[in-house]
Amino acid sequence: MLSYIFRRVLQSVLVLLVVGLVAFAMFRFVGDPIDNMLGQERTMEDVERLREQLGLDQPFAVQYWRFLEGAVQGNFGISYRQGRPVAEIIAERLPATLELAAVSGFFALVVGIGLGVFTAIRRDGFASNAIMTLSLIGVSLPTFLIGILLIYLFSVELGWLPSFGRGEVVQLGGWSTGFLTQSGLLALILPSITLGLYQMTLIMRLVRSEMLEVLRQDYIRFARARGLKEKAVNFRHALKNTLVPVITVTGLQLGSIIAFAIITETVFQWPGVGLLFINAIQFVDIPVMAAYLMLISVMFVAINLAVDLLYVAIDPRLRSEGGTS
Amino acid sequence: MTSRLTALGAALLATTAVAATSVNAETLRWARAAEALTQDPHAQNEGPTTTLNHQIYEPLILRNMEGAMEAALATDWQPSDTDPNVWVFTLREGVTFHEGQTFDSADVVFSMNRAMSENSNFKELLSSVTEVRATGPYTVEIETDGPNPLLPNNLTNIFMMDEGWSTENGAVEVQDYAGGEDTFSARNSNGTGPYVLQSREADVTTVLTMFDDYWGIGEFPLAATEIVFTPIQNPATRVAALLSQEVDFIQDVPVQDLDRVRQADGLDVITAPQNRVIFFGMNVGADDLTLDSVDGANPLADLRVREAMNIAINREAIQQVVMRGQSEPAGVIMPPPVHGWTQALDGYPGFDIAAANALMEEAGYGDGFTLQLDCPNDRYINDEAICQAAVGMFAQIGITVNLSALPRAQHFPLIANGETDFYLLGWGVPTYDSEYIFNFLYHTRNEGRGSWNGTNFSNAVMDEMIVGLSSEVDLDERDGMIASLWQMAEDELIYLPIHNQVLNWGISEDWTTVVDADDQVKFKYFTME
Repeated sequence: MLSYIFRRVLQSVLVLLVVGLVAFAMFRFVGDPIDNMLGQERTMEDVERLREQLGLDQPFAVQYWRFLEGAVQGNFGISYRQGRPVAEIIAERLPATLELAAVSGFFALVVGIGLGVFTAIRRDGFASNAIMTLSLIGVSLPTFLIGILLIYLFSVELGWLPSFGRGEVVQLGGWSTGFLTQSGLLALILPSITLGLYQMTLIMRLVRSEMLEVLRQDYIRFARARGLKEKAVNFRHALKNTLVPVITVTGLQLGSIIAFAIITETVFQWPGVGLLFINAIQFVDIPVMAAYLMLISVMFVAINLAVDLLYVAIDPRLRSEGGTS
Repeated sequence: MTSRLTALGAALLATTAVAATSVNAETLRWARAAEALTQDPHAQNEGPTTTLNHQIYEPLILRNMEGAMEAALATDWQPSDTDPNVWVFTLREGVTFHEGQTFDSADVVFSMNRAMSENSNFKELLSSVTEVRATGPYTVEIETDGPNPLLPNNLTNIFMMDEGWSTENGAVEVQDYAGGEDTFSARNSNGTGPYVLQSREADVTTVLTMFDDYWGIGEFPLAATEIVFTPIQNPATRVAALLSQEVDFIQDVPVQDLDRVRQADGLDVITAPQNRVIFFGMNVGADDLTLDSVDGANPLADLRVREAMNIAINREAIQQVVMRGQSEPAGVIMPPPVHGWTQALDGYPGFDIAAANALMEEAGYGDGFTLQLDCPNDRYINDEAICQAAVGMFAQIGITVNLSALPRAQHFPLIANGETDFYLLGWGVPTYDSEYIFNFLYHTRNEGRGSWNGTNFSNAVMDEMIVGLSSEVDLDERDGMIASLWQMAEDELIYLPIHNQVLNWGISEDWTTVVDADDQVKFKYFTME
């Protein structure tokens, strides 16, 4: 078991290193930061001097090595765009993204399961069919369009909700939260719906098909034959048995909610790491891009590692195989 | 549990109460696409950064929103009676910084030297300055390497810092990215300007409040007592924020939304030509182009081809269709407010396909050729669409143009490295003088000049005259040199002018301002209805 964990952790570190290498090989195609850092009046001499100072004249492997050297010491460098330490900027922005992801994930789960159960039980009703048809929109419309449609409806036409930003935030230690103010909570509504809509429809469709499957099983029929109430049959027996795949999928989708947040954050000017990353790309802010990509890959690798380790815990066959090899 | 809930409720009430009181009638909520990069006044010579710093810091001489130079921290400036290389500045007395320090000549010497230091982005504007010395508590002399009649023009964005404050806080050096140092002045401000920085979270919100000890109280309207700035990058969201009255003022209304904003209750669109001209540059100096269909020759080196291309551009169609009327077709790569501009120079040739084809025939390219056009897609208003329109227009004279549209971070290095045959570029002139255009766009590319001349154009006679411009003290003589330089430039036709951009500001009817041609907002001039 221990050697298995050790091997998996080693593999994960290798994956991280390769991601970093690929990222650094790609940065040169994003563009040249020098033009953004020097004004219109820069001379060719200034350009050369700054390029040399930043080490951008070095091969990408050397640049990557320098980044790694700093990163293992916890120093991710200075942002070219903001002139501040990258670690500090990311720490400042991460709460916004995590809060948004948490609320959208929660919204997707609750509404998705609710509607999924509803459409499974009333499978031929008018409302179910309408919901199923509408859910196609959630799957097929691009995120930015949904966001802009919501803004036009709820901000411009109705004037109910803010169209941009996080509202007022409260600082709790190093964490800025929008949960404690009215404007902060209102500001969360539209971006969360935009970000969670796809996951919501996914979960809804999954729950519905699982429910339909389970409702056909013998034990449901027996439960009905025992004279149990419809509510108890649907929720105590059927729903419980559909949740296992739902939880697996939700867990895996958590990563993509954070990754998809880039688009939602741009539409709503949501000050999270996604918006930070977009700005970094436009400016060719290499230290920020590198740190963000590392952060996201650490997250994905960690999720996958956790899943793999859970499988080992659940499935003894993997353990014995690990022991012999 | 109950007590915790009550506490939460109280906290909620308290924050909403704060939100309600902080938004009063004199608060101006302002949004634009771009965010200031740094608070350091000398680190970035870039529009949005300068705009934010203009509210907090002040230069010696300020260009007001009508474009005229007016006294700011200097009340008077004259060339010295004794030495033609020296300008004498008389400083304003009784000016204090936001943190209470007194402004005097030592601060000017310090700030000028800081702006001229290696990491400063403004050092090129001051490259002629050899020494800045204080001759009294409120007089300063600036010496240049030769007579420089235009020195005051170059000072309108050079901000003054307090020497003591900068020294105490280790902010003597300008932000150095390479050194990996975090400079104090990049996130702290202490200027003499009309607004004090109250709080700032980059990419989120910046709050400025009026400075109670500002020297200009009574002299300027200063109608806004608080300014809340939020960058909103997505154009649709920005317009929505204005329409829903969450902001009062946006600096960049997309052309497709102009009517929508105009028709909205309580909103206005105010418009003025911008100090920025859009044009095509052509690689005229290379022996052979890399991405064309002609081997062993450079079709763009032939003046007849360039003339044909010039009259093949239908500038009015671009104005009407691509820009929806929001541009001013141009015949010279010089925005109208710039010194040296004349109506005659800006006259553009009529669109004439037959004549263009004849010229192509004459040049031996009757069958046309293929060329690549490099175009930015996120820098100027509708930049990629302009290029697309041009592709169709050049096709009519047999030139097959392959369009390569790239983000600015990839486009501009092509020009800097001389890797493009044919490109789109926009140019603004912060000094409001022709010399600036000649220096960067026409002079042969070398270490000090011609850094934006991506055409490989080199003309020794022009180079000599351009260098001569910087030290010519006789202004009539100088104007004559500018006129002949423009004549030579017109004859060479290395750039194909398209239009001058137009600025569209969307603003609540509660507020009144004029549009600044440099897109530099100075809120002290804003008045309320």
